[in-house]
Amino acid sequence: MASFVRFTLDGKTCLAEEGAQLVAAAREAGVFIPTLCNYPGIPPKGACRICTVLVNGIPQTACTTKVAEDMNVATSTPELEAFRKSVVEILFAEGNHLCPSCERSGNCELQALAYRYRVTVSSFPYLFPKRDVEAWHPKLVKDHNRCIQCKRCIRGIHNAEGHAIFAFGKRGDKVVINIDPDTSKDIDDELAQRAMDICPVGAILRKGKGFDVPIGRRTYDRAPIGSEVRP
Amino acid sequence: MPAIAQTVKQVVARYGGDATRLMDVLIDVQDELGCLSHVTAARIADVLGIPQVDVEQTTSFYHFFAREPRGKFAVYLNDSVVAEFCGRAEVAQAFEEAAGCKFGEVSADGVVGLFHTACIGMSDQEPAALVNGQVFPKLTPEKARELVAGMRAGRTVEELKGDQYGDGQNAHPEVRALVHNHVRRRGVMVFDHYRPGEALAKVVKMSSGEVIAAVKAASVRGRGGAGFPTGMKWDFARRAAGDVKYVFCNADEGEPGTFKDRVILTERPQMVIEGMAIAAFAVGARRGVLYVRHEYLYLRAYLEHVLADLRAQGLLGTAIGGLAGFDFDVSLQFGGGAYVCGEESALIESAEGKRGEPRDRPPFPVEKGYLQKPTVVNNVETLCSAVQVLLKGPEWYNRLGTEKSKGTKVLCVSGDCDRPGIYEVEWGFSVNDILKEAGARDVQAVQVGGPSGACIGPDEFNRVLAYEDLATGGSFIVVGKHRDLLKDVVLNFARFFREESCGSCVPCRALTGMAQVVLERIVAGKGTAEDVERLRAWQKIMRNNRCGLGQTALNPIVTTIQNFRPLYAARLAPGDPRFVPSFDLAAAIRDYDAAVGKG
Amino acid sequence: MSAKAPKKIVATTSLAGCFGCHMSLLDIDERILDLIELVEFNKSPFDDIKTFTKECDIGLIEGGCCNDENVHVLTEFRKRCKVLVAVGECALMGGLPALRNVLPLKECLEEAYLNGPTVADGNPDKIIPHDPDLPKILNRVYPCHEVVKIDYFLPGCPPSADLIWDALVALVTGQELDPSYRSFKFD
Ligand SMILES: Cc1cc2nc3c(=O)[nH]c(=O)nc-3n(C[C@H](O)[C@H](O)[C@H](O)COP(=O)(O)O)c2cc1C
Ligand code: SF4
Ligand code: SF4
Ligand code: SF4
Ligand code: FES
Repeated sequence: MASFVRFTLDGKTCLAEEGAQLVAAAREAGVFIPTLCNYPGIPPKGACRICTVLVNGIPQTACTTKVAEDMNVATSTPELEAFRKSVVEILFAEGNHLCPSCERSGNCELQALAYRYRVTVSSFPYLFPKRDVEAWHPKLVKDHNRCIQCKRCIRGIHNAEGHAIFAFGKRGDKVVINIDPDTSKDIDDELAQRAMDICPVGAILRKGKGFDVPIGRRTYDRAPIGSEVRP
Repeated sequence: MPAIAQTVKQVVARYGGDATRLMDVLIDVQDELGCLSHVTAARIADVLGIPQVDVEQTTSFYHFFAREPRGKFAVYLNDSVVAEFCGRAEVAQAFEEAAGCKFGEVSADGVVGLFHTACIGMSDQEPAALVNGQVFPKLTPEKARELVAGMRAGRTVEELKGDQYGDGQNAHPEVRALVHNHVRRRGVMVFDHYRPGEALAKVVKMSSGEVIAAVKAASVRGRGGAGFPTGMKWDFARRAAGDVKYVFCNADEGEPGTFKDRVILTERPQMVIEGMAIAAFAVGARRGVLYVRHEYLYLRAYLEHVLADLRAQGLLGTAIGGLAGFDFDVSLQFGGGAYVCGEESALIESAEGKRGEPRDRPPFPVEKGYLQKPTVVNNVETLCSAVQVLLKGPEWYNRLGTEKSKGTKVLCVSGDCDRPGIYEVEWGFSVNDILKEAGARDVQAVQVGGPSGACIGPDEFNRVLAYEDLATGGSFIVVGKHRDLLKDVVLNFARFFREESCGSCVPCRALTGMAQVVLERIVAGKGTAEDVERLRAWQKIMRNNRCGLGQTALNPIVTTIQNFRPLYAARLAPGDPRFVPSFDLAAAIRDYDAAVGKG
Repeated sequence: MSAKAPKKIVATTSLAGCFGCHMSLLDIDERILDLIELVEFNKSPFDDIKTFTKECDIGLIEGGCCNDENVHVLTEFRKRCKVLVAVGECALMGGLPALRNVLPLKECLEEAYLNGPTVADGNPDKIIPHDPDLPKILNRVYPCHEVVKIDYFLPGCPPSADLIWDALVALVTGQELDPSYRSFKFD
């Protein structure tokens, strides 16, 4: 039986199930906390840091925080908002994001957050890293230029035996996502689709898929990401 | 191929086919096969029953695991700030010329491989290199040439080393290292008289609550850098639910300029392990892991020998100190070369066979640590302090140090001074005191606490070393007036952090590199005042990283902007603010001219 | 928008761009009539004025810098215009031309002029063009703000006509630009 806890969210007293993830609890309470590496149903990993909020005055990632009794949460100070915009800008300068030619454009969480924060150009130095596009897999294309290393694919995609298909390679600014040739060998279309869907950006694509929704009708064409959350 | 299969099978069996022992497997397999190729990784994955990408996720994370052969002799030459101070560039050049290959390559005859590496814990005897795991300190260009000639002449590493072993236990038959301890000042905590088992003999007559109370009464705080109260940590672990608990000793010692844990492990390993046993008694743990950085693999046989001795003496194993039920044993775990593994949760991940990526907190290791069980992680020196507290009592301990920082601190002094080495001092010594003792003159700056600490100038040399003023994990790097602080020190540290970030958090992964780009621009005289402000502003972003590495990675830059602003101002590009000085048209068309044959 | 206010003088250029951003400006349809009430064009492909004849208030830059001529033009714009606006993804961050930024220039040139499948026999002497009259190609494509100071940025490929219009009105009238969600896109 679930028990409820009382916590304060941007000055309002709220109730949530004990142990609920703060991102989800805030959403329930009508407060949107932006996320990138978080994905419902898979274990969180505070990697992108964009969901950082103040928990009792201390910065903490909301995706890895469980709501507790008397927790005092501030989700939207000017500093936090500036930080979030910076995270988005950093990601645009860190990889090679050519939205006009990207299959994911209009349905991309990173791009949608850039729209939400009205990012025009990145204020960070564009690195133009040399990254590959891998197309050896029969069902998947991996465009490393767009990968934001959120690990959603690593955490969320496993084959029928429960083995990982994706994993990190290297470290620091050289990290890449690798696909296991063996465990990914027999994936079906459904799993391939799930891999593409779980990726917040256009870094995992299904072969032969893309650009199937016309401009104007894509997920984030009309309303900003997060606008579905209503107080 | 059969050799690979055979080796992998044997090594995996040695570790019980346990995938959480992957680090041990990788170290041993690489030791036998020279590198961890795709084929080898696939084989290991197969035998352990895990995906190959997962094996390579670990191998590719660590600096010392190589995918390609590294030559019969793999030379890892330290490129830390202090190594550079001591003439590393000339040594590197001599190695390249003698070997006939560049760093990052293996000589055509396959004999010599040359590689860069971050601080290897020898800052008091630089330039130093690891050759097939053995330390060659105080290198000169001549020695480098001699070494390469010896390698080509078919000598073994042992033969190359010779027999001019270092002082103290460095000459122990199980160590035989050229390394020196350089203990310049012996304090009462670590380097005083010590007899193994004395403290444990007292402990077995106490209750676990009393032990924790003593450590709390002495207000022992962590010596690994963060300064967390040790008694409180032990208490959390004791109260944590679960019957299986672990005690870890953190001997990863990756902070550039730190080498005290190496000296303690050489001279006082029994004290460290006794400290672990005391912690185990206090929290109710039966297993301990001594996690030692890869760079100190040359101590492996010796430490195994010490552990065996302690077991023989009844100070490890079952019924320790004759107390039935007090069972505790320690195993060694070596790292693979990653500074971030010194962060306690990354250390635990690494010990579980994974990439050393820090965990999200909470939960803290005392709640869910190694294999998700409550785990105490303590620094080498902290454990020594605990031994002395139990031996001599909290009152004795509290008489040492300052109001808020009790006991002693082992400092690692290096850089521009006459007497680099180990100084065990009471907390409360000033920077000036240390500089004087170490024979440092014409000092421009001191980097206190390593790159993650602060860089201070002469007007702050009267500040004292203490948790309440200048906290330090031990690193104390002296920078003389003749150095180019931004280029020789700050830029080197910036590169260090870029290479050592685990790559998980966006700000840490990207801004460490971007900061290096902007700093290089400034050093080259092409930066603007805006660039300097931008670097300062990035610090705020970095505070929201997951772990201390990312949170402090810009400290070298930010503390020098704060304390040495004129050095930055002097390098800014003159000119019209409407144009970007770092854009260099002449440089930008150089490739074109070369490509069309007009270069 | 008082009719008596002196018209703002606008210059435009396309560097390493495709003229799509210029087209998008023309896409403002009948608002173009309002526009010519507000501004007067100086150096611009719109009126074919090839050299600056006066100091300008606003310079609109399409495209990034891929050769030395782009750099010279951009530098001149910076000198002659009070406010510079980078228009479109190419000006902002290099855009599609910047795809080559991950390759050494030599490789690109050799692919284009010597080894590419479309070269065939078209270049019997195996020459990479380098007539002195040709602009020299830069080692990579530079976003405009890496060369000169840029005051405002309009994203999009091309930016929507609405965004360009709103931005021009804001600049001319000295108001803050608050783009609508729908006009603010990267593609
Ligand atoms: C990047 C990073 C590196 C660290 N390296 C070390 C280290 O080499 N040795 C160490 O004892 N603590 C290190 N720490 C601190 C540990 O996380 C932890 O606080 C410490 O081991 C706890 O022991 P103590 O309380 O005895 O100091 C590091 C922390 C960070 C963030
Ligand atoms: S992944 Fe998203 S942000 Fe990146 S290019 Fe594609 S649409 Fe743009
Ligand atoms: S491929 Fe996609 S899901 Fe996987 S880490 Fe990269 S961005 Fe995230
Ligand atoms: S701060 Fe840096 S080193 Fe620490 S977890 Fe994040 S990315 Fe890894
Ligand atoms: S969504 Fe929380 S850190 Fe990425």
